[in-house]
Amino acid sequence: MIAFWAFAVILVGAGAAVVLGKNLFHSVLFLALALVATAGIFLTLDAEFIAAVQVLLYTGGVVTVVVFAIVVTERLVGERLSHTNRRIFTGGLIAAALAVLLVRAISRAQLATTWPAVEGDLTRRLGTSLLTQFTLPFELLGVLLLVGMLGASYFARPEE
Amino acid sequence: MAPLSSYLALAAIVFCLGLFGTITRRNTVGILLGIELMLNAVNINLVAFSRFHATEAGMVFTLFAICITVAEVALGLAIVILLFRMRRTASADHIDWLKG
Repeated sequence: MIAFWAFAVILVGAGAAVVLGKNLFHSVLFLALALVATAGIFLTLDAEFIAAVQVLLYTGGVVTVVVFAIVVTERLVGERLSHTNRRIFTGGLIAAALAVLLVRAISRAQLATTWPAVEGDLTRRLGTSLLTQFTLPFELLGVLLLVGMLGASYFARPEE
Repeated sequence: MAPLSSYLALAAIVFCLGLFGTITRRNTVGILLGIELMLNAVNINLVAFSRFHATEAGMVFTLFAICITVAEVALGLAIVILLFRMRRTASADHIDWLKG
């Protein structure tokens, strides 16, 4: 309970810093913090495997790739790295309206307050269902990652 | 344990932060960071429902969502690098070649 609220505060704070910060590089670092806090939220939900995947793939992979893109497209020192917001009023209005709508709907819904005990090991069941019930999507995911990798290297190929 | 509604409310707030970033950022990399936040918020919902129903299906979808996000980021940033090569800028306001 305390762990959830601690991770929630870190996640919302880091998320706000990502979208409001003036320095692009700081935004990426705050995104890494937000993703690690999300892994902590997953830990409070007994999803250890998903938390590990989140840290390794998301925080490790995505943040590395984004930092690489910043190094290529901007100078790491100097004023080019600053990024600003536009249409703050419209964007804030839309986001705040959606947030109020969602939170109101969630608070009115009849939702569970306690979770049932899990039969067996949830991670073991996750692996079993990945290779039985969800085999086709799992294989398609491999094809998607291959196509994505080829496409990214094609787009970013050296200029002739 | 925290009730399910707390997890859903947290995910909703993070989603809206990401939406705000996606709408207001000028830099294309900044827009991608906002999209990352929104995808991340959805994963919280999936794992929370998965645990409160004591099934693993939501976690399977979360794994798929994370993998697809990685592919999306790799392609998105490749496009950003390509646009930067052609226009020497990463600002979304200057990428307006499709204007009629």
